[in-house]
Amino acid sequence: MKSVSEMLAANSSQENWIPLLEVATREVFERMLGCQLSVPAGTEETCLDVTAMVGLAGQLCGVLSVRCEAKAAALMASRMLGVALDKVGPEVSDAIGEVCNMVAGNFKNKIAGLAEGCMLSPPTVITGSDYVMRSQTDSPPLEVRLLFEGLLLVISLQVHS
Amino acid sequence: MPIRALIVDDSSVMRKIVERSLAQAGIVLSQVFQAGNGVEALALLKDNPVDLILCDINMPVMDGLEFIKKLPGVENAKGVPVVMITTEGSEAHVVQALSCGARGYIRKPFTPEQVKEHVLPVLARKS
Repeated sequence: MKSVSEMLAANSSQENWIPLLEVATREVFERMLGCQLSVPAGTEETCLDVTAMVGLAGQLCGVLSVRCEAKAAALMASRMLGVALDKVGPEVSDAIGEVCNMVAGNFKNKIAGLAEGCMLSPPTVITGSDYVMRSQTDSPPLEVRLLFEGLLLVISLQVHS
Repeated sequence: MPIRALIVDDSSVMRKIVERSLAQAGIVLSQVFQAGNGVEALALLKDNPVDLILCDINMPVMDGLEFIKKLPGVENAKGVPVVMITTEGSEAHVVQALSCGARGYIRKPFTPEQVKEHVLPVLARKS
């Protein structure tokens, strides 16, 4: 495992973090939801109308987000709660927020020095897709696209510093 | 023997997962109390003795470390083992939690097997 400074020095665009982000996401779904994620064949965009975000502050500043369709978010809650999909209610936001929180935590724990040098904010969940997120950085976000039960998940890490 | 557990986490979904993981670990629960932060947990402990506490670290109002520091002064929590369940995975957090009185530390994401692995020895030592 490399330190934060080594990682940053080795790759200023942080592209090396994409595999770590993918592994961090896959582990959350395998351990907490009991399912494997797959890689989408194409890049077709669906309406990702649920967004969970967790802020990172400290040695690494930025925002990690998980975006998906409402159906995928409800399915996550169903799996996490162990109840049928039609029994899921307002817990959906809590569930996807917690998934985002665990992906962020698991990701930072994979980089030496970042686990204790980076703090996470409580998750925020937005429903709807008619918004634009602007960040105080000109670098593009690191992005991982995976399928959860055939539904697209987009995990993004926007690094500020 | 059935036990009384207190689960402290600001996510109700996570509290449910922890409760289910305890059951999957073969731990029979006679009562489960749930709290969303340390203050709520302390209030619950005033009237309800428990045998096991599972606690998150990052929570609003009162975090998990602050909460477990207060447990020695709570009659119903004396000698009760605490296992932390958290996304905070650094060695510094583990050391801090153990020095504050935690007996176990589980990193999220976790499997039911990991819960079993960490909680059963703690309960065995207590009995």
